[in-house]
Amino acid sequence: MSAADFKRRQVSGRGIPVAGNDIDTDRIIPARFLKAVTFEGMGEHAFEDAKKQNPEHPFNQKVYQGATVLVVGQNFGCGSSREHAPQALMRWGIRAMIGGSFGEIFFGNCVMLGIPCLRASQEDIEWLQREIGRAPQTPVAVDVERQEVRFGDRVIKATVPDGPRNQLVGGTWDSTAVLLEAGAAIEATARKLPYVTGW
Amino acid sequence: MARTLLDKVWEAHTVRVLPSGQTQLLIGLHLIHEVTTPQAFQMLKELKLKVRMPERTFGTLDHIIPTADQTRPYADPQAEEMAQHMYRNMKEFGLPLFDMASGKQGIVHVIGPELGLSQPGMTIACGDSHTSTHGAVGAIAFGIGTTQVRDVLATQCLAMAKPKLRQVRVEGTLARGVYAKDVILAIINQLGVKGGVGYAYEYAGPVIERMTMEERLTICNMSIEGGARCGYVSPDATTIEYLRGRPYAPKDGAFDRAATWWKSVATEPGAKFDDVARLDGAAIEPVVTWGINPGMSVGVSQKIPAPESAPETERPTFREALAHMGFQAGQPIKGARIDVAFVGSCTNGRLSDLRAAAEVAKKGKVAKHVRALIVPGSQQVAKAAEAEGLNEIFLAAGFQWRKAGCSMCLGMNDDKLQGREMSASSSNRNFIGRQGSPTGRTLLMSPAMVAAAAITGVVTDVREILK
Repeated sequence: MSAADFKRRQVSGRGIPVAGNDIDTDRIIPARFLKAVTFEGMGEHAFEDAKKQNPEHPFNQKVYQGATVLVVGQNFGCGSSREHAPQALMRWGIRAMIGGSFGEIFFGNCVMLGIPCLRASQEDIEWLQREIGRAPQTPVAVDVERQEVRFGDRVIKATVPDGPRNQLVGGTWDSTAVLLEAGAAIEATARKLPYVTGW
Repeated sequence: MARTLLDKVWEAHTVRVLPSGQTQLLIGLHLIHEVTTPQAFQMLKELKLKVRMPERTFGTLDHIIPTADQTRPYADPQAEEMAQHMYRNMKEFGLPLFDMASGKQGIVHVIGPELGLSQPGMTIACGDSHTSTHGAVGAIAFGIGTTQVRDVLATQCLAMAKPKLRQVRVEGTLARGVYAKDVILAIINQLGVKGGVGYAYEYAGPVIERMTMEERLTICNMSIEGGARCGYVSPDATTIEYLRGRPYAPKDGAFDRAATWWKSVATEPGAKFDDVARLDGAAIEPVVTWGINPGMSVGVSQKIPAPESAPETERPTFREALAHMGFQAGQPIKGARIDVAFVGSCTNGRLSDLRAAAEVAKKGKVAKHVRALIVPGSQQVAKAAEAEGLNEIFLAAGFQWRKAGCSMCLGMNDDKLQGREMSASSSNRNFIGRQGSPTGRTLLMSPAMVAAAAITGVVTDVREILK
């Protein structure tokens, strides 16, 4: 990939609404699927148990297959730190999320994968979920840089904190390379810590 | 100006400010386990990178290992493969592994403090959300995902934004039969499961100050259930005495120098917080969760609330919780029938937890319809418990005495709920499907309350048994 491929200024695609608050990462990917030593194939298990228990679950519905923008409620992705959760969603096809709020570790994991998660008001989320249900073929245009989402002829405000936004827009979310640039400053910082130098 | 522990630790570990505005933060201790690392090691190999500070990296096996028969190869081929990957990666990258043969194996958040690896003033990371546990010793400790594990392996750093800080003060004194678990469940109930998002929690006040280190570990463990990525208790005399003599703690003169530095990182009197929350410790009774997130709880003498008592946006989750649990609003939680009792996990798998459960187990026998498991948090916890005969008490009362691991907290080994079984559990999460059955049900409570439920077969106020 070239540097340009890492930039996440805009993401556009069909939407998929998943209603409800506090949807935890155990629900997104049950622990039994964490026994695999790679993330491959994780996509088909996204919401596995929820899908089995509810034939109407959006991830089961034909109309939402191929959707790339997930619209969720409050505190989505709370709970376990398992990166398997965003990996499963990404491998299912999700490229951006819009929600009331996100679990913090989940949010960070998404940034590490180049998946923008934007926060919108409860009112706007409910509106967007309803409208996607009515017109699932209409693209949801997520503008990370301008912090807004366009659906049809309406634009709603959707925010990402400065740090992650800069990483996503600038294409620097693949953090290993960025962190390595600090070079010897890493060891220099360590040498100032008495527990590293041996008291 | 008076500074907080968060301010001081953050500053001491700042390598630089990144172009994104985040901090490049040095990680002083990296703890790893078998489940969230194989992909990270694979990425490291693909990038042809070494582990940056192997001497600051320690591993163990906890999530997938069986707690009954640990003969290799494990009965579950996926668990066996995961263990093999861990052994191979640790060897290839020259990292120490606390495995069964070491005598030091256990849940990563139990062994870190137990071995004296986790120390005040450190930054600690681990690919597990309950890394917040280590904050009990006065460290800034947070859970990370697998790609971040790769970053810490490769660079010993993370890109992080400094959180805001909320002091959570627990005033007064606790009543008998009320434990650290009840305090943290009460905190989460009051502040909400997303109340801590964007914050670190500093636990303080007379109740916290009087707590032992093991009690503080229980409190900090569930910071993440309150939405806070990390939580800590400022180091004090309890912290220093806890660390003295532990295998990886400094020795002799070095210990005294370390203790001086540890005290110097504590929050200073008069320091300002972004927010302060207060709870009255005397008002807390034994707490039981009734729903599908750890904030949905009541005191054991109370009734399950009605959806109408919650804000409108919360009501759908509320109704879903009642439906999943098979409870009615207005029903007392006391008397709810259980099928399984589980004492263990990084929340409540330490010696004092087993002692509290054993004190109750002495008073009766496990009810006929209940399957009851005691799973020590580490091999050393198991050894200490056996030395004082706790295993005999449990076995005599009809509990199973298992080997150390994460076990039924998340059901990644064969310790799982079956079907709609109802579990009284000393673990940390009551999410749908969490304990290994997609339709299984979990009631979170203290280890003493779990033991009380085990012998009566229903949710019981442990204070009535301890009378």
